[in-house]
Amino acid sequence: MSAAAETDLWTLGVILGLAVMTVVTRSFFFISSKPWKLPHWAQRGLQYAPIAALSAVIVPEVVMAQGHLLTTWQDARIFGAAAGAAFYFWRRGAGQAVLGTILVGMAVYLPLHLGLGW
Amino acid sequence: MTALRSLIRHTEFRAGARDMASVAPGLAAWGLMTGVTMVQSGMSLTEAVAMSLLVFAGSSQLAAIPLIAASAPVWVILATSFCVNLRFVVFSAHLRPYLMHVPRGPRLFLGYLTADLSYVLFTRRYAHPGEDPVQRRAQLAYLAGGSILNWASWQAASLLGIALANVVPLHWGLGFAGILALVGVACSLATSRMRRVSAGVAGAAAVAAFALPFKLNIVVAIAVAVALCLLLEPPAPPDQREAA
Repeated sequence: MSAAAETDLWTLGVILGLAVMTVVTRSFFFISSKPWKLPHWAQRGLQYAPIAALSAVIVPEVVMAQGHLLTTWQDARIFGAAAGAAFYFWRRGAGQAVLGTILVGMAVYLPLHLGLGW
Repeated sequence: MTALRSLIRHTEFRAGARDMASVAPGLAAWGLMTGVTMVQSGMSLTEAVAMSLLVFAGSSQLAAIPLIAASAPVWVILATSFCVNLRFVVFSAHLRPYLMHVPRGPRLFLGYLTADLSYVLFTRRYAHPGEDPVQRRAQLAYLAGGSILNWASWQAASLLGIALANVVPLHWGLGFAGILALVGVACSLATSRMRRVSAGVAGAAAVAAFALPFKLNIVVAIAVAVALCLLLEPPAPPDQREAA
């Protein structure tokens, strides 16, 4: 929290290294131009990866605190996420259902979190 | 450059940007919190701006921030970043058949720009790689439109967070909007029974494996969900498969 932190070269070097890691991981399987094909089963399996990745990020962020499952239902995140998902399935097919998920979820989350301290 | 200009004029570029726009508030809330966190951890303005503009990967940045503050060995920081980013390695396998027609330089640049939601929205719109130049162009334009808007909203919010680091209250939990954006996109993907199974399995596995270091629980959860779905999937020849 220092007021005017100094820039140092070591940190800038690390940042450059981290940027390289972003390129390497995001492009990992298409860095090389050599032709090869994923086995068919792997390609079929990967269609389940996007929703799995989202769920793997979301669920712990909603039902866990400090590395443990919640022991109370008084947590604003559960209600916010549930309200957002409910809105999505209600408005599915209409325009901007995803945007509505964010807005409705926050409209439920913020009062519970800031007002009741959940 | 002219290639990029003609991509921007493609109607799918606009479609990609429009789909990304509906999740942009969530991305922005996340970017804002990441910007604030960088400055509050003691990084200088230059360092925080450089990290935001160059690294462009929220979870990797958040994992690296305390390690940088503690002057951890460089290889530890980079290895941590690689592990936290492992899900992108999985995504890159999925994206490979869509992108191999692009020359290597632009391909890697496109890969660099393709963050979680750009990947998810792209594969949601295109279940299969393009088969002719016209389809491939349209797909590229959609990916570019989404990725560029993703980049711009994330960077704008992150730089704003850096500038307002001492004013934005972290305890409000604004970053939760990022999770809600993912909830919305996940709901939009839950169109088949097997996909809902995938989501359920991955969620449970991510909680069960939460104690793993470097957010490895996420990549373990993806692996478990994909493997289980392959086992449970009703066998069907590829050409009769539902174009999910």
